[in-house]
Amino acid sequence: MYAVFKRELFSFLSSMVAYITIGIFLLVSSLLLWFFPDTSLLEYGYAELSGFFSLVPYLFMFLIPAITMRSFAEERREGTYELLVTKPITLWQIIAAKYLASLVLVLFALMPTLVYWYSISKLGFPEGNVDSGAVIGSYLGLFLLGSAFTSIGIFASALTKNQVIAFVVSAGLCAFAFLGFDFTSQLIALQKIETLVVAFGINEHYISISRGVLDTRDLLYFITFSAVFLWCTRLIMGGKK
Amino acid sequence: MSISVKNLSKHYDKQKAVDAISFEAKPGRILGFLGPNGAGKSTTMRMLTGYLDPTLGEAEICGRIISTQAIEAKKHIGYLPENTPLYLDMYVKEFLNFVGDAYQLSNLSARVEEVIKQVGLTPEQHKKIGMLSKGYRQRVGLAQAIIHNPDVLILDEPTSGLDPNQLVDIRALIKELGKNKTVVISTHIMQEVEAICDDIIIISKGKIVANDTLEGIKNTHQNSSLEDIFRKLTA
Repeated sequence: MYAVFKRELFSFLSSMVAYITIGIFLLVSSLLLWFFPDTSLLEYGYAELSGFFSLVPYLFMFLIPAITMRSFAEERREGTYELLVTKPITLWQIIAAKYLASLVLVLFALMPTLVYWYSISKLGFPEGNVDSGAVIGSYLGLFLLGSAFTSIGIFASALTKNQVIAFVVSAGLCAFAFLGFDFTSQLIALQKIETLVVAFGINEHYISISRGVLDTRDLLYFITFSAVFLWCTRLIMGGKK
Repeated sequence: MSISVKNLSKHYDKQKAVDAISFEAKPGRILGFLGPNGAGKSTTMRMLTGYLDPTLGEAEICGRIISTQAIEAKKHIGYLPENTPLYLDMYVKEFLNFVGDAYQLSNLSARVEEVIKQVGLTPEQHKKIGMLSKGYRQRVGLAQAIIHNPDVLILDEPTSGLDPNQLVDIRALIKELGKNKTVVISTHIMQEVEAICDDIIIISKGKIVANDTLEGIKNTHQNSSLEDIFRKLTA
């Protein structure tokens, strides 16, 4: 499994895909956080990063599908999937390797943003006056959100040989998983079970972790979420050859 | 018996791509798998290598049933799929190291050097696979198939699209490998069969129509050319 993981990661890093998607992610998030007046932290006047943490999920909806769209789609189109499957590796190992490699790339995208935390803590008055608990919780929340989106992306990539379709499907699924349940819960017919419907969505759990309190229920939610999508991937790849 | 196939079938809806075929292959012999396009050659090879699950029947590779002991069986198989799919963005050595890692080989870098020499890739070993000509890509494909020194080598049209010089080289290499391994190759080229194969299986519409040694098949058809025999059996 390590061999496949290493190959996946190196192929990200040796192609432009990784640098372009991560570069654009960092560019857009910096512009929105520090330069554009409507969303700028400097205009906002409070030394906190909550604006950043509510923005990133929307960027992830495009960033993560862009990273994951090729994982199975390209291999199946190029025929290299046949090469991979006939090696003594199980399908689970292949899926796990691809999932983890994409997740590591998501981590690479998040790491440079730690600079924002440092900047904000320097800008606080008095210096260092930042709610670090909330920031750590939010980063953990972002990582878990990223892991959920990655599992969606891997799943969507297994559906088709066409990378564009994989991208669109996974962006759509990510958006629905993040926001869709909140909106759906507002339907009049569903108002009696509103809290139940909301609990299916990622947003509810993401916000809960972002408060800086790690609830095992939220953790369990994210782990189950990834497991379900990876299991669906296994189901699809097992039947489609 | 390194390959033993019993009643192997693959059905797509009502169409029978491979219809209950049985055969065996022995070490030290090269088995030519012939048939018109769409006869089920590739499908059979894909089932032998564990890429496709058979609808019915089973294939045994070195005593391990491919559908139930897949991982164990795959360790004994070297496979070159049709059209030689390769990771074009990888370097030759990087790719061979990856394949070696997948087989969990020890002393890998020495083994990579060895197969590069064996398949004649030395002048191109520092290039990206995407930059290689078709002939050299074919050699990379062969190198990845033999890197773990498998007992069974399954090659799906290993010589399609090569120029005459490359053909001779690759055939010589396959012949050499066939001395102590069980080799199954599929091809349309009759001269190739006469040049390298010991045994022949002709398959048509998913069924085996001939299974004999090269001499045997010629004798039963009064020494007419292999091409005529092929046309007679598969038309």
